[in-house]
Amino acid sequence: MCTMIAQQIKIRGDGKAGSSWFKVDTASVSYDHPFEMPLEYALNLDFTSKSGGPGGRVAVELDASSARALVEAIQGVMAQAEKGGFLINSD
Amino acid sequence: MYTTDQYEGMLAETVILPGNHADLINAYFARPLGAGPFPGMVLVHHMPGWDEWYRETTRKFAAYGYVTLCPNLYFREGHGTPEDVAAQVRGEGGVADDQVVGDVSAALEMLLALPYVNGKVGLFGTCSGGRHAYLCACRIPQVAALVDCWGGRVTQTSEELTPKQPVAPADYSADLSCPVLGIFGNEDKSPTPEQVNQLEQVLKQYGKEYEFHRYDGAGHGFFYHNRPNYRQEQAVDGWSKVFSFLDKHLKGS
Repeated sequence: MCTMIAQQIKIRGDGKAGSSWFKVDTASVSYDHPFEMPLEYALNLDFTSKSGGPGGRVAVELDASSARALVEAIQGVMAQAEKGGFLINSD
Repeated sequence: MYTTDQYEGMLAETVILPGNHADLINAYFARPLGAGPFPGMVLVHHMPGWDEWYRETTRKFAAYGYVTLCPNLYFREGHGTPEDVAAQVRGEGGVADDQVVGDVSAALEMLLALPYVNGKVGLFGTCSGGRHAYLCACRIPQVAALVDCWGGRVTQTSEELTPKQPVAPADYSADLSCPVLGIFGNEDKSPTPEQVNQLEQVLKQYGKEYEFHRYDGAGHGFFYHNRPNYRQEQAVDGWSKVFSFLDKHLKGS
């Protein structure tokens, strides 16, 4: 890897690639060379299943400002959901 | 220099190679037709994976007269598109340096065993492949020449080391036993010009034979015609430097 800036966490969710949904249990977050975005580096998100093989992947590539904006948006939404009592018994 | 009255022929195909620990991995192989003898090259692919650019480059080296082998360093991760496989490797923090050295060593031995190879095999790598190629050139004594294209993290700090990358390649430089060609863009962020300076100092410290070419107006990956960092003028000159260097050190007696 070029930057070696990568973290992998366990998650519980479902991802969609094309027209199919599949279970995802791993999220990989890296700041490294993207495959598609015309940037030297990007924030790369990969949602995968350990049993799904390399092809079972939902991939997103974001520029740095979009990545930061996404983090803020997620935190804002989760804060609102918590305030609204929606997170009780949600896990 | 090719002229239009010359014959040119090539064989190019996917092969199977017993790599590190004799694991069977696949590799892309391309050779000029004929009895040779020809020099050999092992290509050490980059972070984006064992991809179309590396298959094209394997054929390019064969067209220039080199028996060339590019092992799939990500074979053990499973199969899919090169992007999907590389993304999986990226998420898991890369592949282990020791495994890469084993795979590249096996590729080198395979080439040296071929009856149409002249006994001289070099390494070429770009990006993380440049870093791996430098590491392999230090740890595999049979390497006859090294081309390091913008390999980042060759001079790693202790904070940058990981279980898969436990030693900075530059720390093995005393054992480097072949000449080195370095190709770098002065706008690159990994390696930065300062990091290239550090590597140059290490090579000077150990009295190693090297030549560096450092390009203004170019950043990381400026040979990649399919990426926005491609720089036509610098890439054409860089490739010329690559083949001049390899022809000098690997062709002839």
